[in-house]
Order: sequence, then structure tokens, then C-alpha cells
Amino acid sequence: MSGAAQVLLAPPERASRHAGATRPRDRFYMLCVAPSLAVLAIITLAPAIYLLVTSFTPLDLTRPDTVWNFSRPFANYREMPADGRLMNSLWVQAKLSFWTVSLQLLIGFGFAALLNMRSRFLEALRTVFLIPMVLPPIVVAIIWKVLYTPDISPLHWAVSLLGWTVPSLITHPDWALTAIIVADTWQWFPFTMLMTLAALQMMPQEMVDAAKVDGASAWQMTWHVTLPFLKGVLLVAGLFRLIDSIKAFPLIFILTDGGPGSVTEVTNYYSFLQAFNFSFLGYSSAITVVLLAASVLMSWGIIRLVGWGQHGD
Amino acid sequence: MATSSAMARERRLAHGLAIVLALLVMAPFLWLLQMSFKTNAQVFAFPPPLIFTPTFENYQALWTGGFRDSFVNSLVVAAAATLLPMLLGVPAAYALSRWTATLAGSISLWILASRMAPPIAFTIPYFLAYRHLELLDTRLGLVLIYMTFNLSLVIWMMRPFFDQLPRALEEAAWIDGATMSQAFLRIVLPLSAPGLAATAILCFLFAWNDFFFALILTRTEAMTAPVAVVNFMNYEGWEWGRIAAGGTMVMLPVLVFSLLVRRYLVHGLTGGAVKG
Repeated sequence: MSGAAQVLLAPPERASRHAGATRPRDRFYMLCVAPSLAVLAIITLAPAIYLLVTSFTPLDLTRPDTVWNFSRPFANYREMPADGRLMNSLWVQAKLSFWTVSLQLLIGFGFAALLNMRSRFLEALRTVFLIPMVLPPIVVAIIWKVLYTPDISPLHWAVSLLGWTVPSLITHPDWALTAIIVADTWQWFPFTMLMTLAALQMMPQEMVDAAKVDGASAWQMTWHVTLPFLKGVLLVAGLFRLIDSIKAFPLIFILTDGGPGSVTEVTNYYSFLQAFNFSFLGYSSAITVVLLAASVLMSWGIIRLVGWGQHGD
Repeated sequence: MATSSAMARERRLAHGLAIVLALLVMAPFLWLLQMSFKTNAQVFAFPPPLIFTPTFENYQALWTGGFRDSFVNSLVVAAAATLLPMLLGVPAAYALSRWTATLAGSISLWILASRMAPPIAFTIPYFLAYRHLELLDTRLGLVLIYMTFNLSLVIWMMRPFFDQLPRALEEAAWIDGATMSQAFLRIVLPLSAPGLAATAILCFLFAWNDFFFALILTRTEAMTAPVAVVNFMNYEGWEWGRIAAGGTMVMLPVLVFSLLVRRYLVHGLTGGAVKG
């Protein structure tokens, strides 16, 4: 019997009691959700709007007349394309993002493939590989500061034993960005590794067996079976790392301070300098609005990819 | 027979390679750890002494200096930034799991975006507002800004846990005369204890690990441990042993906790969008 027919056949007072029972239920759920959404709106939406409003003013904390001055609302945005240092920071950001995301995907995939073996030993070892990712970011930065400081670095000592002298990487214009990329890759490859590993373990055994029966080599297996299967996961993991690479801060702050010159000055860092070193909060807000828009756009891409927010995700 | 011995060889090779790689990955971290037990002279000595008597003077000097206050600040702020979002977010996650799917779908971008937004996007407006609200350099100010990422984390971490609990449990309680809130508090919450623990630990980690917000929104009074270590590095950069000790003290509490919840790490880092 269909649900509608049941309602029709049920005695009238029972049907109305049922409708009455859902209303307090709705009220309870409403009471559960409302405070969170209200708080979330106050602490995230309101600041985002405030940021957008500030970006239309020339706000400079050293000049009181710039507060709430909307005489030239788009001046900050017009100034951006002509700002050479900003354009340079976008290029540095592009290089940093490209190399860190690619290396993390590549190394993460490699390690996952190696660890995806039925072996208790390897399963126990997996935890060790997670350590870089769970360290506080400033500790990661301190670790690499030590490794990149010639006087106390075991790396520099080891290289000197071989008879070479290597300049301090973080103060050398040609190597500073590479030094950051190496440290960031060390910190975050476990993330792509974990995601890939989880997906690999869901790979149907029939797929592997079928390819083996067809005589696929290990290389062919990786290229034609495993990688196509992992395409979605690698894309999502890459997007997450891409968004995170826009936020890169502690490593740059502690290792190079954006230098030497501005070779490691990413856009996020430039925006930080504009706001909190030069006090140009209006201009910095405009840059940040662009960064925020980029990360919202990429988050939207992720949601489309993983079909997230639906039940049973 | 030939294939099985080839497989065993492959297995040994994989194990060997994995050990070498694990050592390589661990080495930078272990180096910092051993540095924290060395005197400054030993830090600069090469070849590095393989066996040395560990000294605790770095930790002692740090603890009797101003570092203790910052450490306490970090503990208090991270604990509050765990408790508040849990209190608000857990019921919300429950309602989103049981009530309506369309609401959950329509706010998913908002939730994920507040997790992924560059910190500076929140820092500028908070900094400006806090100047007037007198919340700069206060623990309360930090707790509020940490809620921007922890509240959304709680909601999206907990919802899948509630999804997994059969609705029949609460329905049985309702039939027995329990109210909605009784069923939630006495039946649902105890059953989701592992999820609650994992979520709380992740909240604590993210608040504890923060550097950027604390760097800009605190000066001296509410300074957290990560900022204190970096300040120390900027002013007394030659005291490497002590810097290493500071780094170790910042990392040890979270290292233990985070390895406990390693199953949920990916889930937490992606704001709940991806299951690990």
C-alpha cells in the first residue's frame, strides 16, 4: 500500500496527530542549527563583507582621513595591474604553486604505491610518513632554517666533506625559492600520499587481476589502470594543495622573509607586508579580495568534483 | 615456485626502500629533537658528536624565561577554541544530518570556503574591528578568530558520524517517552564518542598550530607559544639549542595527539570534504 493511500485510510485524528508531532521536531532541529549559523555569519560573512568594503577605500592607518573614504572606490583595483611588485608576486606564486603541487602529487603517489602492500610492517611504517604533516608549521620552518644555515647544518657539513662549498640556499637569489619548495614538499607530501593511499585501497581487485591476466607490465598497469582510477582523487588532492599553496606563510616568513629582494615574495606575503608593514590596509584588502575570490572559486570546484554536501558523502 | 620467490624478493626490496625513505623523511625532524638536548657549543661542533650527555639546560632556561606564559596562553586559547565550537557545532551537525539535506547542500560552499580562505582575508577585518573593541592582544580575541575555522570543522566532521547512526535508535527512545533533547543527549551523543574525541583533538591541533593570526592579533599579553619561539629566534638567533627546545615543546603535545587521530587527518584537513 502506498504512503498516500495509508494517510487516506488512517483515521483523521491520527493523521493530524502525526502532523503535529513533526512540528516540535522541526523546532528542535531549528534550535540546534540556528546558533551555529548565526555565529558563523557573524564571524565569517560579516568580516568578508567588511574586507570588501575596505577594499574600496584608500585606508591607511597613519592617515585618519582615509577611513570610510569612498571618493574613488575602484582606485585600489585600478592600481593593481600597474604594480610591478604585485605582478612579480603573482609570478612567484605561480612558480611555487606549480612546483609544490606537482612534486607533492608525484611523491605522494610514489610513496602510496610503495606502501600499498599487504604487510603489517608497512602499515606500521605509514605513521612515520605522516609526521611532517602534523608538525606545527613554525616547527617545520625552524627545522629547515637549521638545515639551511651553513654553520649548524648537517647538510652543509656533509657537502663540505665531499669537497664542495654550497652557499646558503635561503639567502641566494637563484636558490631561495627552491629551498622553500623543498621544505613545503617535505611538509605536505603526506597529505597527497594519504589521499592516494585511501583511494588505492578501494581499487577493485578484479581490475588488477584482469590487467595481470592480459599480461600488463608494472609500468602499463600504473599508466593504464591505476592512474585512470586515481584521476579524481589526484585532482581533488591537487586542488586542496593548490588552495593551501596560496596561503603559504610561516615558511616564507621564517626562512626568507620574502627575500632576497623579492624572489620568494608570494602574493599572500606581499599583501601581508602592504597591510601590516606599510599600513596600506585598503590596498592590501583589494589584493586579498582577489585571493579570497580565487580560493572560493577553487573550493566550489572541489564541491562540484566530490559532490559534497549531499547525504552519504 | 619461481614466481613466489620473485615476489618475496620484491617484497624485501619494497620493505628496504620504505625503511630508507622513512629515515630520510624523519631525519630533519630528529635533527631538531637532538639539537634541543645539546649545549650551544655542541650544536656548532662538526662532525656532530654521535654520543653526548643530553643537557636539559635549554628547557630550563626557556621555562624560567617568558616562554611559560606563552605556553599557558596557547593551552588556554586552544582549549577554549575547542570547547566553544564543539558546544555550538555538534547539535548543528546532528540537525543537519537528521533534518534537511537541501540546507546542508546549500551551505557547503560557505563552510568549505571559510576553512580554505587565506588567513589574511579574516585578519584585516578582525584587526580593524579589534582596535575598536579592545580585543587586540587578548585571549578572547584569538578564540573568536579561531572559531572561523573550527566551527565549520566541527559541523562538517561530525555530520558523517551522525549519518552513520541508525535513526531507529532515537525513534525507539521517543516512543519510550524521551524528548528530542533527551534522546540526543543520552542516546546519540554517547554513541558518537569516538567522533567527538577525534573532532575535539583536530580542533585543538588547528588552534594550537596557528601562527599567522596570533602573530598579528597579539603583542605580549596573549602571545602564543609559536609566536614566542619565532620572536626568540629573531632576537636571540644564535641560541640554537634553546630555539630547538622551544620548537620541541610546541610540537610534542600535538605530535602525540595527531598520531592518535591519524585516521581522521585527511577528513579534518579538507574541512570534512574528503574522507581519509
